[in-house]
Amino acid sequence: MSENMSKAKPYEPRVVAFFCNWCTYTAADLAGTSRITYSPNARIVRLMCSGRLDPQFIFAAFRMGADGVLIGGCRPGDCHYQEGNYKALRRFILLRRLLEDMGIEKERIRLEWISASEGEKVKKVMDDMIAGLRKLGPLHLNDDTVLELDESSKNAIDELQAEFQGGVR
Amino acid sequence: MSKPKVGFYWCASCGGCEEAIVDLAEDILAVVDAVDICFWPVALDFKREDVEKMKDGEMAVGFVNGAIRTSEQREMAMLMRKKSGVLIAFGSCSHLGGIPGLANLHDRKTIFDKVYFSSPTVANKEKTTPQPEVHKGDHNLKLPVFWDTVKSLSQVVEVDYYLPGCAPPVSLIKNALKAILEGNLPEKGSVLAPDIALCNTCPRKDTKPENLLLKEFKRPHWAMIDSATCLLAQGILCLGASTRSGCEAACISANMPCTGCLGPTGKIRDFGAKALSAIASTVDSINDEEITLKLDQIVDPVGTFYRYSLPSSFLHRRKSNLSRGGGSE
Amino acid sequence: MVKLFIDGQQVEAEEGQSILEVARKLRIHIPTLCFYRAISPYGGCRVCLVEITDDRGSRLVTSCSYPVAEGMYVRTTSERVLNARKVIVDLLLARCPEVKKIQELATELGLGAPDPEYREDHDCILCGLCTRVCVELMGVGAIGFHGRGAKRKVTTPYEEISDICIRCGACAFVCPTGARVLELEHITGRKPVPLLSEFDEGLRSRPSIYIPFPQAVPNKPVIDKDNCVRLQMGKCGACQFFCEAEAIDYDMKDEFRDLKVGAIILATGFKAFDANRIFRLGYGRYPNVYTSLQIERMVNSSGPTGGEIKLRDGRQPRSVGIVHCVGSRDDKTNSYCSRVCCMYSLKLAHLIKERTGAEIYNFYIDMRTPGKGYEKFYEKLMRENVHFVRGNVAEVTDWAMTAEEEGRLVIRAEDTLLGVVRRIPVDMVVLSIGMEPQSDSKDVRQKFNVSCGDEGWFLERHPKLAPVSTFTDGIFIAGTCQGPKDIPDTVAQAGAAAAEVMALIDKGHVDLEPNSAYIMDELCSGCKTCIPLCPFKALSFNAEKGISAINEALCKGCGTCVASCPSGALQQNLFNDEQIYEEIKGVLIYV
Repeated sequence: MSENMSKAKPYEPRVVAFFCNWCTYTAADLAGTSRITYSPNARIVRLMCSGRLDPQFIFAAFRMGADGVLIGGCRPGDCHYQEGNYKALRRFILLRRLLEDMGIEKERIRLEWISASEGEKVKKVMDDMIAGLRKLGPLHLNDDTVLELDESSKNAIDELQAEFQGGVR
Repeated sequence: MSKPKVGFYWCASCGGCEEAIVDLAEDILAVVDAVDICFWPVALDFKREDVEKMKDGEMAVGFVNGAIRTSEQREMAMLMRKKSGVLIAFGSCSHLGGIPGLANLHDRKTIFDKVYFSSPTVANKEKTTPQPEVHKGDHNLKLPVFWDTVKSLSQVVEVDYYLPGCAPPVSLIKNALKAILEGNLPEKGSVLAPDIALCNTCPRKDTKPENLLLKEFKRPHWAMIDSATCLLAQGILCLGASTRSGCEAACISANMPCTGCLGPTGKIRDFGAKALSAIASTVDSINDEEITLKLDQIVDPVGTFYRYSLPSSFLHRRKSNLSRGGGSE
Repeated sequence: MVKLFIDGQQVEAEEGQSILEVARKLRIHIPTLCFYRAISPYGGCRVCLVEITDDRGSRLVTSCSYPVAEGMYVRTTSERVLNARKVIVDLLLARCPEVKKIQELATELGLGAPDPEYREDHDCILCGLCTRVCVELMGVGAIGFHGRGAKRKVTTPYEEISDICIRCGACAFVCPTGARVLELEHITGRKPVPLLSEFDEGLRSRPSIYIPFPQAVPNKPVIDKDNCVRLQMGKCGACQFFCEAEAIDYDMKDEFRDLKVGAIILATGFKAFDANRIFRLGYGRYPNVYTSLQIERMVNSSGPTGGEIKLRDGRQPRSVGIVHCVGSRDDKTNSYCSRVCCMYSLKLAHLIKERTGAEIYNFYIDMRTPGKGYEKFYEKLMRENVHFVRGNVAEVTDWAMTAEEEGRLVIRAEDTLLGVVRRIPVDMVVLSIGMEPQSDSKDVRQKFNVSCGDEGWFLERHPKLAPVSTFTDGIFIAGTCQGPKDIPDTVAQAGAAAAEVMALIDKGHVDLEPNSAYIMDELCSGCKTCIPLCPFKALSFNAEKGISAINEALCKGCGTCVASCPSGALQQNLFNDEQIYEEIKGVLIYV
């Protein structure tokens, strides 16, 4: 299962980054055009606004194998849609407490305000977060709850699918 | 023509779902008339072997309530699945994991430590704990294995329908039975309750302000709760907006807030996450410290938002550094 | 109405008017010294004497204070009047022989120099204008007459420093002689600070009521309400008294108006770099260190010096140093190039050279001359023998190390082309200051939902494809608020922004966002959670149906309400929950 797979490769943290279109995504784009190199561990999911970020997405990311989640939004006062980032902040504050109670280290979830011209900050935040996650180790959420599926006949994709669809009704 | 066979089983449950059947009152006679209950440990004397002897699918409908946390419960769930044509998860525990699901904040070791060692009224110098297998003379005694993780029914077997609620409201049970008898069940996998949140039928809906931003969170025993006004507007944390309706707002009518026992509506995959989002988004502040102060008034986030649904959430359980002992989970 | 005769003319006048008033209306010249229209007449100088004849006979009276009467016969230049005038002016001249005004009067009357035996050396003619203005017009009364006879003078009570003088300078303003006693320092013990003209970059002072600059629109005076005596203390009011159009209304208040518009262009400009921030260049410490804006005013014919280049003491400079990149291309202040300074520095070099023939030194890092004819201009300056030193100026100092540097400012800079550190003595230093965003640019842009770049300039939607648009539809930017630029570029941007606005208005429709949110009515429970969350007020509650509704035209497509909807009845086009889950799955599934 994924344990076998992770035995084969050294641990590289996997981060899902939810970036808002107007500021953070543009900053990441700027980092790209400026040829700023940073750890490639994050996969960016673009949302129009950090306010679109549903906590369900964060939990889903952890369930599907992410070791960390990064949320990027516009600076307070600068949200392209005025106040979306404040709503993201409010959810994040409660979410962080809940995640701590669920035993997920607070370094695994991070909220950063990055404005459109801060390509350097994207690099800094990414590198910092990945370094922290390397020290923490993988999240291994899947290991605790996967039932005895017939391992030899299913590959990792099918397992995750089954897990995922067997969720809430 | 013989009556359709029906069976009930209870796993990790409080017995409330069994009482819900009894709550049908006189209507239970009609049920008994229409069906043949062939397995109901709490009320009738049929044994496990009786079920094992049945043909696969011989029971038209099997109702299983309670969460799954021991090896025996899983075995029975699988048995009920095998022998039922239609398997219905009855009540919050089997639907979502229920209140027993909150044990997922711990694991077998910490639970056993507390129950058998460190609890203040326990004296257990020999450190005796239940064992899955014990040989005494030529007797081989077995106990079911106690798992680290509590699961909902659908995480163990394939479930056809869900009757939500803790316990399911009588009206929902009646409707479900009617649909079964008339052969009128919706598509497989459905929840047998309206797919709309509780605010829709809440008697206090009109008193909820249109622009409600939350300034505080009071626990119910700390407030004089007005019996006509929307609870959320009074600062009482009510999850009615996130919860499926069908209970006719029973708790609200008793002047208590909704705690989410009927689970989420169809579009939601993780009840606690969504309820958290709805509540946090409307906190009345844009300042970090102020927001934190207000949200700190919610005393136990996991217990509040995942009271009935922790096993069915995306995370399932609190992450712990488990060794692989204590059963397969 | 009263009928009288002045110099043979019959006139009609209002009762209560003085002879002087009536005469002035008829443009009959009667000289005065102690008269000022805004205060009561005194009749102290006696220069305005005229001869009147009425039923009491003929006599000399002071025309400034004597009221007209029916049938009065006035002669303003009779022999008796002229003789009296001569005596009076002679006496005044004897008292104050150096005062220009009296000398002019004396010449007018054909008088010669005063008799040396009676010659004194005062400059105050005791006309009382200052004392009367102080008490009547300004309501203060800090100065008054002291003593009697030959010892009479104008001073403060007990000749002590005044506590109550408001340093308005009205006394000095009305004094006909420029008496030294009215130096405000003597009255208040403190050096008075004049109100400096903002437009003239502090190079000259301005009164409390003033026209800001010649091209002001509207071209009308404004009152500086923080310094106006009338608005602050309820006194004076001279400007209203003198205004013949009765245009001055002290009760005018700021008006706040609501305008409904469909498009907005932000053209809020820039702030000039404050040269005080770079201590080593001596601005604010050495009087002859100027900013380029100050030299712009100096060079201007309508400016404080009428277009002449002068040092603070009035001399012409023989050498001038122009320091480029002050507050630009500097990590300690602003690291960007302000774009316009090299060209204007060359312009100033050329103009100063033309007007003074001085030696000009331009200290530069690079010479930035893009644009039509700009390079040619640079070459022309080189041919005009302007000196160009390639090197950053380290400091401006007045510490002389050689005789040549005595009394002058020394610019120390490394000449990187020669490879030596040079000390160049100059009379005047001009600092070519750069551009910065306005100090309130953050508040302004947040009000209009415009973001900014890392230097603080308003952010355009795309530097090439949409340089005057912002990320917010309907809000445009033009000019230096978007970044440093010169006038041709600003005008071009302004035209572009205007064109964008016209295109928007002409189109007749607005394109909506495709990623708007929508409500699935059958799932909406009417919980109203979403309603307060939309800053654009796109969500409203339909009480009849008991569910919420979205106004598609207002929805900007941020998705905040979607994430908050407790039952998932709100979804977002292009960013549905299902779509995002699939994305997350997709990015994680392949290790």
